[in-house]
Amino acid sequence: MQKIEEMDIQSSADVVLVRQAVRQFAIEVGFGLVDQTKIVTAASELARNTLDYGGGGTVKLETLQEGGRRGLRLTFEDQGPGIADIEMALKDGFTTGGGLGMGLGGAKRLANEFEIESVVGEGTRVIVVRWR
Amino acid sequence: MEMTHSSKIPEILKTHETELLSEWNQELLATNTRKGLIKEAELREECREFLKLLRSAAQSGNLSNVQATEWREVREMLTSISRSRSQKGFTPTETATFVFSFKRPLFDRLRQQLLDPAELGEEVWQATDLLDHLGLLVMEAYQKSREEVILRQQEELMELSTPVVKLWDGILALPIIGTLDSARTQVVMESLLQKIVETGSEVAIIDITGVPTVDTLTAQHLLKTVTAARLMGADCIISGIRPQIAQTIVYLGIDLTDVITKATLADAFLMALKRMGTTIARK
Repeated sequence: MQKIEEMDIQSSADVVLVRQAVRQFAIEVGFGLVDQTKIVTAASELARNTLDYGGGGTVKLETLQEGGRRGLRLTFEDQGPGIADIEMALKDGFTTGGGLGMGLGGAKRLANEFEIESVVGEGTRVIVVRWR
Repeated sequence: MEMTHSSKIPEILKTHETELLSEWNQELLATNTRKGLIKEAELREECREFLKLLRSAAQSGNLSNVQATEWREVREMLTSISRSRSQKGFTPTETATFVFSFKRPLFDRLRQQLLDPAELGEEVWQATDLLDHLGLLVMEAYQKSREEVILRQQEELMELSTPVVKLWDGILALPIIGTLDSARTQVVMESLLQKIVETGSEVAIIDITGVPTVDTLTAQHLLKTVTAARLMGADCIISGIRPQIAQTIVYLGIDLTDVITKATLADAFLMALKRMGTTIARK
């Protein structure tokens, strides 16, 4: 059965809650410890981006079932300033904040599928999927 | 409120205090489901005290604004009752019942004393309004004392989870448990650097076995701590890197090559001993 949950990301405490919820979902889908850690870490990066750069937003957690395989899709959305140059943002070491500049690219590498859409002045949507 | 001046409530409270008290007591004892938590005598005493304060506050004629000066003593008493109730483990409902259960005895009295339906209606409305406000006050105080507990626990947790322990002469260990968010990292960093100065230690082992998620922010905090320790003349070893964390760090692309890392605290300790020129031999 498909499970869906939507959560707000408005403070760093929410980032912790998102991590916990993603771990819970990952366990339910039947992810092993390594896959759990990967998707939780990707969620942590993206949730923090949503908070720090997007000025807060939401995340939607969905379990997926496709043929014989199961997975987890996370959709992060914010109505922030948007990203002008996505290619640049994905580059390791590039940051407009004070971070390491590895989060977005790292999240992409940790996921099986990665999609990013952003319109300057309107907001950003990042979708990651991890299959079992 | 123009009706306030002619309200009969102050007078009723004054002349029927004894009857009100005994009826209210019965009402409270009947609804008291938590007999173990509060003694009957104590409850009786609280009722008596509250009624006394309520009566004297009501004599001012002001029944609509419980925030006024004449209600200060009543407010203080209710606050202290809520506080002790919340500490004893009463639920919010049980706590608020203390005030709300006074409605019935008071309304009964009003019905007996006032024969004009219009007047009765007005007085009942005033009494309800007053007791509701006092009830809300109780709830607010209850909530506040709960929040204080949460805040205190948060502070305790922050302190608790960052102990710096001395493993050997010149070797410190910092076992980190829980999330490494920025507020805590600050505490962690400070207590480690402080301890390095105090003990003149040369090696500090940061154990992250208890950190559930290591992402780029956590890594950045760790790297900063390592750099700061190095500036003070101490080498850092990061231990407790579990297989799943190691894989994640690789995918994230975090460069930890400048930092000495070990899988377990024991490995890190051995390495630190070696660095200090100490060896441990089995007898």
